[in-house]
Amino acid sequence: MPIAGSEIVKMLPGKKPCKDCGFPTCFAFAMKLASGGATVDKCPYLSEEVKAKLLDLLAPPIKLVTIGSGENAVKIGNEEVIYRHEKTFVHSPGIALLISDKDDKAKIEEKIKKIKELQFPWVGVNLKANLLALYFASGDKNKFLALVKKVYDSTDLGMVLISEDMDALFAARDICADRHPLLYPITKENIDKAIPKIKANLTPVGLRGGSIEELIPLTSKLKDAGIEELSLDPGSKNLLEAIRDQTFIRRAALKQGFRPLGYPTVAFPCFMAKDGLKEMLVGSAFINKWASIIVFSDFDQYSLLPLLVQRLNIYTDPRFPMAVEQKYYEVGEPDESSPVLVTSNWALTYFLVSSAVEATKVPAYICVKDAEGLGVLTAWAAGKFSGDSVGAFIKKCGIGGKVKHRKLIIPGKVARIKGELEDALNLEWEVIVGPRETTGIAAFLPGFAKQLKGLS
Amino acid sequence: MEYKAPVEAYSGVVREVTIGKGKKSLKIGGENILPLHFFDQGSNPNPAKFALEVLDMKPEDWPEHAVEPLRDVISNSVSWAKKCQDFAVDAVSLFLVSTDPAVKNAPADKAAALAKEVAEAINVPLIIYGSGDEKKDVEVLSKVAEVCDGMNLLIGPVLKENYEAVGKAILDHGHTAIAQSPLDINLLKELNVKLSKFFPSDRIVIDPLSSALGYGMEYSFSLVERVKQIGVITKDSMTMMPIIANLGGECWKTKQAKENKKQGLLWEGMTALSLLLAGANIIVLRHPETLKLIKETIEAR
Repeated sequence: MPIAGSEIVKMLPGKKPCKDCGFPTCFAFAMKLASGGATVDKCPYLSEEVKAKLLDLLAPPIKLVTIGSGENAVKIGNEEVIYRHEKTFVHSPGIALLISDKDDKAKIEEKIKKIKELQFPWVGVNLKANLLALYFASGDKNKFLALVKKVYDSTDLGMVLISEDMDALFAARDICADRHPLLYPITKENIDKAIPKIKANLTPVGLRGGSIEELIPLTSKLKDAGIEELSLDPGSKNLLEAIRDQTFIRRAALKQGFRPLGYPTVAFPCFMAKDGLKEMLVGSAFINKWASIIVFSDFDQYSLLPLLVQRLNIYTDPRFPMAVEQKYYEVGEPDESSPVLVTSNWALTYFLVSSAVEATKVPAYICVKDAEGLGVLTAWAAGKFSGDSVGAFIKKCGIGGKVKHRKLIIPGKVARIKGELEDALNLEWEVIVGPRETTGIAAFLPGFAKQLKGLS
Repeated sequence: MEYKAPVEAYSGVVREVTIGKGKKSLKIGGENILPLHFFDQGSNPNPAKFALEVLDMKPEDWPEHAVEPLRDVISNSVSWAKKCQDFAVDAVSLFLVSTDPAVKNAPADKAAALAKEVAEAINVPLIIYGSGDEKKDVEVLSKVAEVCDGMNLLIGPVLKENYEAVGKAILDHGHTAIAQSPLDINLLKELNVKLSKFFPSDRIVIDPLSSALGYGMEYSFSLVERVKQIGVITKDSMTMMPIIANLGGECWKTKQAKENKKQGLLWEGMTALSLLLAGANIIVLRHPETLKLIKETIEAR
C-alpha cells in the first residue's frame, strides 16, 4: 500500500518554489518521492520529525534484511507482490543447513564439506545452498561456542544462530558478529533482557511467536529500540498452518501496509517434518509461499538439487522469459551433410532439443529462431513461429552455406507450417516434419542422418 | 494501527464436476477459496484429488526405480489399474500412448475395448488420455466414448483442433471433457468459450499443460495460479472449471528423475505440490510413493 504523492505534499514546506530539491514545485518533488525517483534528504527544510515520518512512510513494505557478509551476504525481503505473476519475486530465500552441536565430529565435518561442495550448474547459473544454521542442543555452552568458532573459521557463509539460552546466543554472536548472523529465537519471554544485548553488537534478529498476533508487539518493541533487521517465525506447526501464517503476514505487509508485520519470514522444515523427503517437500512449499530463510536438518545432492531448481523457477522474473540468442548452434562437430533442425528460442526448448540431439551422438545444426522466448507451439499460436518468419530466419542465418543438402527438420507440433515455410524458402528446401516431442528425437535422428549421408 | 487478520472472501465458485458413475463417482472443484486457504471465508468441499498413471502398453523408457513398485503388473494395463487402488488413489488415468501414429498406431477399437475393461475392473473413476495426436484422437477418443457409453469417464485431451468432433462424442455418450491448451490463458479461455457453445460448462475440466520442475514449471505454476484467481476472485465464468495437473509423465521423462530414485520422487513431488498450491484440483502422478509423500505432507498436523 504505497503512499500517494498527494499525501506526501501535505508534509512538505510548500511555501515558495525554492527548487532546492531540484524540482520545480513541492508537488513535483512529492510525486517523485512516491515513485522512488527522489530521496527525502533532497529537501533541506524538513524537521527531523517530519523527515523520520516520511522515511518511514516511504520505506518498502517488507524490510530488506541482510544476513552474512561480503559476496556470501544473503539479502531477503523488499518484496513487492503476493503472487509472482503480478510482477516478480525479488530476493530468493536463503537455504540453510542445520548443524547441531550434538552432531558428532564426523557429521559436522561432513555437513561443512557438503555446503561447500554441493553446487550444480543449471542453464547458465550455479545453484547452491547459502547459509548454515547452528543449533545449541547439547546443553553444554562450550560445545556450542566451539561449533560456532569452527564454522566461522572454516567457511565464509552467513549463519543463523539458534539457542534458547540467551547467554550462549550472545556469546556465539560475539564470535561471528562481523558475519552478520541472524539471532534466533527472540520471544516475548526473553525480549526485554535481550534488547540491550542485541544493541551491544547489532545483527539481524529472528522472532518466534506462538502466533502472528504474538509477533506484533515484539516487532514494535524492537523497532522502538532501533533494531529493524528482523525476520519472523509465526510458529507454524504444519504445512496448513504455514500457508495461513505466511499468507496473512504477506497480505498484512503488502495489502494493509501494516508495518509491524513488514518483515521477511524464517521457516524451519527441520523441526516440522520427521521424514527427510517430506521435509524437502515442506521446504519447497515454503519457497512457493514466501519464506525468506528456510532451514533443513540435512540434504544430499539428490534432495538439494530439486529444491534449488524449485527456488530458481519460482524466483525467475516472469516478465522476461529465459531466451537464447537467435542463430544456428552446432552440436558435436557437424559437417556439410549433417541434419539441420529448427526450433524456438525459449531457453528450455533449446535445452531440451540440444540435449536430446546430443544424446543421439549425431552431429547436427540447431537453428534457433527468436520467438520472444516462447515454446514452439505457443510461439506459433502467437504468430512468432509462422512459416514466413521461420523462412526469413533460415535464409539470413547462414545455415545454407554450412550444408550441401536442403532438408530442414521442423518440430512435429508445428507440422502445419510446412507448406508456408517451403514457399517462404522459394521451394529450395524440403521441409521434414520431425517428432512432436523431443523424446522422439532419439528414434528419429540417427536414421535421418544416415539417409542424408547416403545422399552425399 | 490495530492488526486485523487479512481474511478475504471471493464471489466466484469453481464448478463442481462429477466424474464416474454411482459408487465409482468422484467430485472435484466446487471451491470458493484459493488452494488450502481454509482460513479465508468460504470452503473447498472437495480437497485436491490424486490419480496414478496406467499406460496401455509396457513402458520402455522408465527407470528401474519407477518400474519397481509395479513390476508384477506393468505388462497388463488391467492388473496395473487394479493395483493402483492399493495406493489409495482417487482415480486412475489410462494413457492410450500405443494409439499414437508415431508409436504403434494401435487401432481405436482395441484402445476402446481396453478402456472399458479397465473402467469395469476398478472401483474408482477412470480418466482417459489419448495420445495427443489431434487427428488420431478424434478416432480413438470418439470410439472410447462410444464403447464406454454412460460411464462418465473424464476424457481428453480435447484440443482447439478437434473439439467439435471429440467434444460431441464425449457429450453424446455421457462423459466429462478435459479441455487442453498449451500454457496460455487466452487460448485456454478461447477453447472453453468454443466448447461451451454446445458442451455443458460443468462437465469441463481444464488442462493448461503441466511442465516439470526445471523444464518450465514456473509457467505452469503461474498460469494455474492465475486461472484459479481469475475464476474465484474475479468470477470469470470461462476459468471457473476445476483444473487437472497431468505431470507424472513430464517429470519422469527428465534426466534428473531417471537418474536417481530420491531425486525422481522429489522432482515429481515438488512439481505436484507447487501445482496443487497454485490451484490444481486433480493431480496425475506416476510414482505411488510420490502420492503417499504428498498426501502425508499436506495432511500432517
